[in-house]
Amino acid sequence: MSAADVNKASASADFVHGHNEPHGHDDAHDDGIPHASFKDYLIGFLLSVLLTAVPFWLVMGDVLPSKLVTTAVIVAFAVAQMLVHIVYFLHLDTRSQGGWNMLAAIFTVVLVVITIAGSLWVMFHMNENMMPMSPHEMRIAP
Amino acid sequence: MTPATAEPRSELATLLFGRLSLDSIPYHEPIILVTFAVAALAGISVLTWITRARAWGWLWRDWFCSIDHKKIGVMYMILGFVMLLRGFADAIMMRAQQAMAFGDAAGYLPPHHYDQIFTAHGVIMIFFVAMPFVTGLMNYVVPLQIGARDVAFPFLNNFSFWMTTAGAALVMASLFIGEFATTGWLAFPPLSGADYSPGVGVDYYIWALQIAGVGTLLSGINLLVTIVKMRAPGMGLMQMPVFTWTALCTNVLIVAAFPVLTAVLLLLGLDRTIGTNFFTNDFGGNPMMYVNMIWIWGHPEVYILILPLFGVFSEVVSTFSGKRLFGYTSMVYATVVITILSYLVWLHHFFTMGSGASVNSFFGITTMIISIPTGAKLFNWLFTMYRGRIRFELPMLWMMGFMFTFVVGGMTGVLLAVPPADFVLHNSLFLIAHFHNVIIGGVVFGVFAAISYWFPKVFGFKLDVFWGKVSFWCWQIGFLFAFMPLYVLGLMGVTRRVSHFEDMSLQPFFVVAAFGAVLIGCGILATLVQFYVSYQRREQLRDFTGDPWDGRTLEWATSSPPPDYNFAFTPRVHDIDAWWDMKRGGYVRPTSGFIAIHMPKGTAAGVILAGISAVVGFALIWHIWWLAVTGFVSLVGFAIFHTFNLKRDFHIPADEVTRVEDARTRALAAIGA
Repeated sequence: MSAADVNKASASADFVHGHNEPHGHDDAHDDGIPHASFKDYLIGFLLSVLLTAVPFWLVMGDVLPSKLVTTAVIVAFAVAQMLVHIVYFLHLDTRSQGGWNMLAAIFTVVLVVITIAGSLWVMFHMNENMMPMSPHEMRIAP
Repeated sequence: MTPATAEPRSELATLLFGRLSLDSIPYHEPIILVTFAVAALAGISVLTWITRARAWGWLWRDWFCSIDHKKIGVMYMILGFVMLLRGFADAIMMRAQQAMAFGDAAGYLPPHHYDQIFTAHGVIMIFFVAMPFVTGLMNYVVPLQIGARDVAFPFLNNFSFWMTTAGAALVMASLFIGEFATTGWLAFPPLSGADYSPGVGVDYYIWALQIAGVGTLLSGINLLVTIVKMRAPGMGLMQMPVFTWTALCTNVLIVAAFPVLTAVLLLLGLDRTIGTNFFTNDFGGNPMMYVNMIWIWGHPEVYILILPLFGVFSEVVSTFSGKRLFGYTSMVYATVVITILSYLVWLHHFFTMGSGASVNSFFGITTMIISIPTGAKLFNWLFTMYRGRIRFELPMLWMMGFMFTFVVGGMTGVLLAVPPADFVLHNSLFLIAHFHNVIIGGVVFGVFAAISYWFPKVFGFKLDVFWGKVSFWCWQIGFLFAFMPLYVLGLMGVTRRVSHFEDMSLQPFFVVAAFGAVLIGCGILATLVQFYVSYQRREQLRDFTGDPWDGRTLEWATSSPPPDYNFAFTPRVHDIDAWWDMKRGGYVRPTSGFIAIHMPKGTAAGVILAGISAVVGFALIWHIWWLAVTGFVSLVGFAIFHTFNLKRDFHIPADEVTRVEDARTRALAAIGA
């Protein structure tokens, strides 16, 4: 039983992972970080240029009929841009670090959405229900 | 304490000292003078004692510069205790003032001083008592429970501790140099803005919390990575001890929530220092946004405090009932659900601010929902005790005191979650009674349970039972005397943070509450006596086995106190209660074949960086700009310099490991284990 309880083989090697080792990067070992190819970077680069150029053109060329539509389209492009960066430059996928990266990303997105959406909702209602805070606001209030 | 009466200052003085002048020292206030004299006397005697014991070198090398997670954990606990004494001194001063100041009697505290006291009490108890206690426990216990030799980033751990201490030092400095905030513990604007709080009080608050916040955030990341990456082979997530699970969730909460606090305090600091208008009344500022944002941090914060103690109670109840924890899986899921839900309830802290019916009902309902997983936990603990072989040792006493007390606090919390009820009870002493009920009953009792449970592991001898029981009963009964009257007063409509009352009929309640605070004081005193008596009787209380309670998790597998390297060989885990499983499986301790162990090395960088941070903080508080800039540049410079320090690790030679392990083999043989 003792041999099973004690992992002698790993005792010397298992410990040092993750802390400040003198000889540089730990990720040189195989710890599940995917190594992207030149092709991935190229695709990412082209996509991000495209996603930047199109909104620029939409605004400069006054292409769409209303400002509201333009804004909505730009926001959609911005979200797509973020995804391109995360996938092609930060190499987030479901496998890296045994899925922990994906889990952390999902958790972060959930919290950010809760925080932003919740704050907007809360502050909107307060704005509706409360008196204006200054004479200036009183004048511009509908 | 701004020098309003002083003659106009020369430009040179302002350039050199900012807002700081001799008038900033409150020497005209006798209470503070006496406090200062006592604190200085105590400080000098401690320093003399260390010098006479020639302990400076030992203290510096083996403790201050140590990056051993165990020593850092102990230092966190000591910080927590020191600040507990300060926070309690504030509490008893408030109780005394409120018991006296009726009708014609003004009490002994002027309102301005009283306001600083209740602010300091809240800030200290949450940030510099509860947080260090919780972080200290996680620091000490988590690596041992998962079979690791240290945390993932040992230097960062030391740095985090000293940053927290630097924040605490700034709060303490505010007592004698200048003043502390008078705004309440969350410093809501516009009161905390430059217009209404022109002094240095709020700046002390902001910079103390910013500096301590760096420490908290980094230690959160550190422990998170430790738990995710450094578990012993075989320990899957669902084999982790419950304390480690709660620590994991707590650190997720810390990493997600503390940046919000940092951001919101930064914005408030900008408002105060360079005249932006994020939270001012005019120029488009919105103070309600501050309240909204600080509670987005603030509600997860209360779960950051309580979750690890839920873990402690789970360990204690299963150890002292001699049974596996009832409903391990449901316990884990309850913890995770609380983690997520804690982000969905923040508005219940400001139901009355005017969000309207639909918003209030949503947050009222989510608040009630969060009591369900908490209730599930309580039933799990009860079912663990059911038909268990319960030993009423000290940790178990605190555990049971917790269950009685916390349930009451939880139920008054659900009462407050009903928005219409909250409109009546908000800002009243009912609220004060509620959150002291959950924080004392949950966090404080949990910390004392944890201390009496793990003390023999840390120091190698048990705590004295008699004085432990005295402390427990003083706390338990003192709590009831101190806070039950506040529930009644709150229902009658008495508001919080009031330093003088006209209605004489309220006085008896406050006298009873003050008596309760005295009893709690006796409880704190009894704990200190307990430490002293236990140290004196340490040979009788000595534990040679390393497993004094017949424990179930891996920290009991090693010696008490554990060697620097925790485990000579990394244990392999097969079951939830790994050590229990090993004992039942006829585990034989390896006595030969030891090899050299790779360990991180101590460094002074943490102390130095945190020291510079404290100076920068002080300079920013007093607007001593040259010092702030110089300090900040040297902070960054030293941090970069430290990255070139390559002497970060060493090997404990195999001979040394063999010597330590052989000593333990002999000790075990001597007691026939």
